[in-house]
Amino acid sequence: MPEPTAGRRPSGELEASVLAALWAAGGRALTPADVQRELGRELARTTVTTILARLHEKGTVSRRRSGRGYAYLPVQDSPGLAARRMRSELDKSGQDARGTVLARFVSELGPDDERLLRELLVDGGPTDRSPDDPRDPTPMTGPGHAPVTGLDHSPDGARAVGLDHSPDDAPDGNGVPGSREPGGGPAR
Amino acid sequence: MIYSVWAPLLVPLVAAPAARRLADALPPRRAAWLLTATAAVLAACSTAALCLLAGAGALRLPPVAALGHLVLPLVGDSVTVPAACAAAVLLTAVAAALAEAVRRHVLLAARTRRAVDAAGAVAGDLTVLAEDAPDAYALPGRPGRVVVTAGLLRALDPREREALLAHERAHLAGRHHLHLTVLALACACHPALRVLRAPLSYALERSADEAAAAAVGSRRLAARAIGRAALAGRPQPRPYAGLSAAAGPVPRRVAALLAPSAPGRSGASRVPRFLAAVLAAALTVSAVSALDAATDLHGSIEVAQGER
Repeated sequence: MPEPTAGRRPSGELEASVLAALWAAGGRALTPADVQRELGRELARTTVTTILARLHEKGTVSRRRSGRGYAYLPVQDSPGLAARRMRSELDKSGQDARGTVLARFVSELGPDDERLLRELLVDGGPTDRSPDDPRDPTPMTGPGHAPVTGLDHSPDGARAVGLDHSPDDAPDGNGVPGSREPGGGPAR
Repeated sequence: MIYSVWAPLLVPLVAAPAARRLADALPPRRAAWLLTATAAVLAACSTAALCLLAGAGALRLPPVAALGHLVLPLVGDSVTVPAACAAAVLLTAVAAALAEAVRRHVLLAARTRRAVDAAGAVAGDLTVLAEDAPDAYALPGRPGRVVVTAGLLRALDPREREALLAHERAHLAGRHHLHLTVLALACACHPALRVLRAPLSYALERSADEAAAAAVGSRRLAARAIGRAALAGRPQPRPYAGLSAAAGPVPRRVAALLAPSAPGRSGASRVPRFLAAVLAAALTVSAVSALDAATDLHGSIEVAQGER
């Protein structure tokens, strides 16, 4: 499975990945070593350190002393407030309008979609189905309405999206949204 | 008054479903172009037909006739006037719908950009919103931005996050919002084209999915990212949800990525060929009829101007 190599990626994309990693940590400050481990690419530690320093200069992340170096946290200007304004602005426009203007990563799931999706992901993709007709009845697997919490870190990206919760996944104990917002995060 | 002027108004009723079926059988990028181009041609022809109908009636009004330097009354028949009145009403509705579509587009784009600029943490082409509800979209502009909520980032592992970012970058690089804009305007011109909305969204998402799979080097990983993002949080039901995605596009996208090389299925080529023929015929009829009607009206005007 070819990995995108660091050298060929524009620095803007690396910055984006680093910021995404900091936000994904959900309130835990990350050292350059943590970020490097998270991104799991052939990235030099110095590159990560440089990017973090640049983000810090721009005021996108804050840092604090951690051992001999720094640990970094994403900065929220006025926690919750801006996000709530954003949400209300978009709600005014209606979801239907958004669909005709913005391409969204995932749309709403229909009543059967959730079950279907869990089956598809747990099965790891049956090969005998036509892509246009994924709806044949197969026994339900996995708990129907459990929140997705497990993170599958298997390097080959093999099976399963995990509804399972193995101890080595989710470095931050990923789970309840909103419980680890820095600065008390937006209550929803 | 000739009959061909009616054809462009009716053809979309046949052509739009045909385009939709045909798009199902095509690779996503070509499907998106097919749907957008079909919608644009059909909308242009139907609007032209309405203009011709209304124009033929308007030229019977003395002030308009004087303005057009008509020395003789324009030839017409018993349906010219009622048809022109109906066409005028429909044209007004089209104009109002177009204005509303443009207003909505401009407003939403401006609002979103303002909110994202104000609220987001920025690095490279990524803006992160401090929100728990999982959401992600590509915000077009110069430069375009990838907008992702913190809730969605937390729900994905690092490699899935890369797939997500690659997907949104593909939307920006492919300028997919232009497809959506063209279709929104076309729908304002002819309501029958609305059936193309869901297939176009699906084709654009599929196209970005394939780009993301190529970027991260794994279709399975891309599929997993989409599935995890869709299941993350299972947001509270939103208004309008039923309008957009009735047929469950997300599981279809995941299934398409998990299936081994979806395109190039054998045995399915006959139906698309038939549909392509139907669609091509419909588009030709639409365009030729509009031209024919325009030529006809032009001829009548020249006669009425005393030039023939």
